[in-house]
Amino acid sequence: MLKVKSVHTYYGSIHALKGVSLHVRPAEMVALIGANGAGKSTLVNTICGLMKPNKGIIEFQGESIQGIGPEEIVRRGIALVPEGRQIFSTMTVEANLEMGAFIHRRNGRQVESDMERMYERFPILRERSQQLAGTLSGGEQQMLAISRALMSRPQLIVLDEPSMGLAPLVVKEIFRIVQELRREGRTILLIEQNARAALQIADRGYVLETGKLVLQGDGATLLNHREVQRAYLGKGARQIWDA
Amino acid sequence: MDSFTFGAALLQYTISGLTIGVIYALVAIGYNIIYNVTEIINFAQGEFVMLGGLFAVFFTQTIQLPVSAAFFAAVIVTGCVGFAMERLVIRRARSSTVLSLIIITIAVSILLKGSAMFWWGKNPYSLPAFSSGRPFIIAGAAVQRQAIWIFAVSALVVICLTFFFRRSAYGKAMLASADNPSAARMVGIPVRQMILLSFTLSAAIGAAAGVSITPISLMEYDRGALLGLKGFGAAVLGGLGQFFGALVAGMVLGLAESFCAGYLSSGYKDAVALVLLLLALFFKPEGLFGSREAAKLKKF
Repeated sequence: MLKVKSVHTYYGSIHALKGVSLHVRPAEMVALIGANGAGKSTLVNTICGLMKPNKGIIEFQGESIQGIGPEEIVRRGIALVPEGRQIFSTMTVEANLEMGAFIHRRNGRQVESDMERMYERFPILRERSQQLAGTLSGGEQQMLAISRALMSRPQLIVLDEPSMGLAPLVVKEIFRIVQELRREGRTILLIEQNARAALQIADRGYVLETGKLVLQGDGATLLNHREVQRAYLGKGARQIWDA
Repeated sequence: MDSFTFGAALLQYTISGLTIGVIYALVAIGYNIIYNVTEIINFAQGEFVMLGGLFAVFFTQTIQLPVSAAFFAAVIVTGCVGFAMERLVIRRARSSTVLSLIIITIAVSILLKGSAMFWWGKNPYSLPAFSSGRPFIIAGAAVQRQAIWIFAVSALVVICLTFFFRRSAYGKAMLASADNPSAARMVGIPVRQMILLSFTLSAAIGAAAGVSITPISLMEYDRGALLGLKGFGAAVLGGLGQFFGALVAGMVLGLAESFCAGYLSSGYKDAVALVLLLLALFFKPEGLFGSREAAKLKKF
């Protein structure tokens, strides 16, 4: 469904992506893990059109999409739940959802029924529908950001660090939601620093390090991979070094 | 004039203060629309007011249109000037900082003023009032018919804008672009078009103010600067970006000016706006209705 082929992107003068290739198949959840500064956000921004790749090909449903602006990419069916949530904090919850469906604004009935579905999924959002989005708690804001992305009726959802800056219990709740989305058969690209949680629920995973993919495999394999355990899970570091 | 008592004088000053005040409010609303979407303070806003007035003069006197048609023609043509300003100037400099864009708007204002001088010359022009007739006398104070029109135009603009920003998808999309431009692009809102719309809308609103005020206070090529400055004072006093604040602050400014002219000296009239602007900047820089937290997050 999504194919990224040897993409190079510069972030200012920094060569942030040095030939990254990955793919996401329909109804699959793929996790992309990596430390701070590995280039995860650059990759997300490149896929979603906020940054232009200098080299390489990005294909979505067989069409090349690199260099297209984000306004157009959401119309092609990729929705981003951005890092740090990025909700419209001075607007009401309801208006946030409505803006999520901006590309469907001429289809009022669809927008309304989709909004109803979001409220059913997250009853707290219905309760707060007339509140300014900036007054919500971090977890609620994340739910809103996810709902806003769903309102565009995407083929592929890109979740950028959904657990960032949230309390552990809330993180658990967010991962439960992500799993639920996966069970509904949605295609998801999950970008996470929380490697364990991400790999536990993902079908496949990629590990990004300083702009290059260093490992890939199915979730469980990666979870048990020595390099991943050492670098991202902090588990058994001594055993590895002692061996 | 025996009947011209203290009370009647007070009422008279209040009415004329409110009349000019709503004009300042309209100018301030123009600033706010552009500021809300782009964080740019468009110093050519006063020039839109001047152009509105002078285009209306052109349409009534040169083309001989009736005043009502001239009003809409002037609003549309000035809206096109705002459109062109964004398309030809602001968009080309889109990668610059907000500060350089603000300086660019000053350049545009000088350009517009100069062009107006070449076209219309330096003389002030008058426009017939929207409806003829003697002023109404209320409790000894005279209310010009044009003042009623000014209130009506302002009320209409405020109602339409409120409706536009609260109800329509495009209005909300403009607010979303202002709130978080990159998130707005990611949900598919064409932010550049929203900026274009904001300039067009501001120019049209400025022009509506200009056409309405011309029958009362005449219009000439360099009138825009002062109206723009006072509108800016109202915008800051009300809290940049706050429409309701702009409305209230505009009227406060108009009243202060009118009372100053009536009870102190009309010579100090123009200083009132500046003094209020300075006081606001010293003591309440986020404005009467602005939020302090929001003000901290903004660049200007």
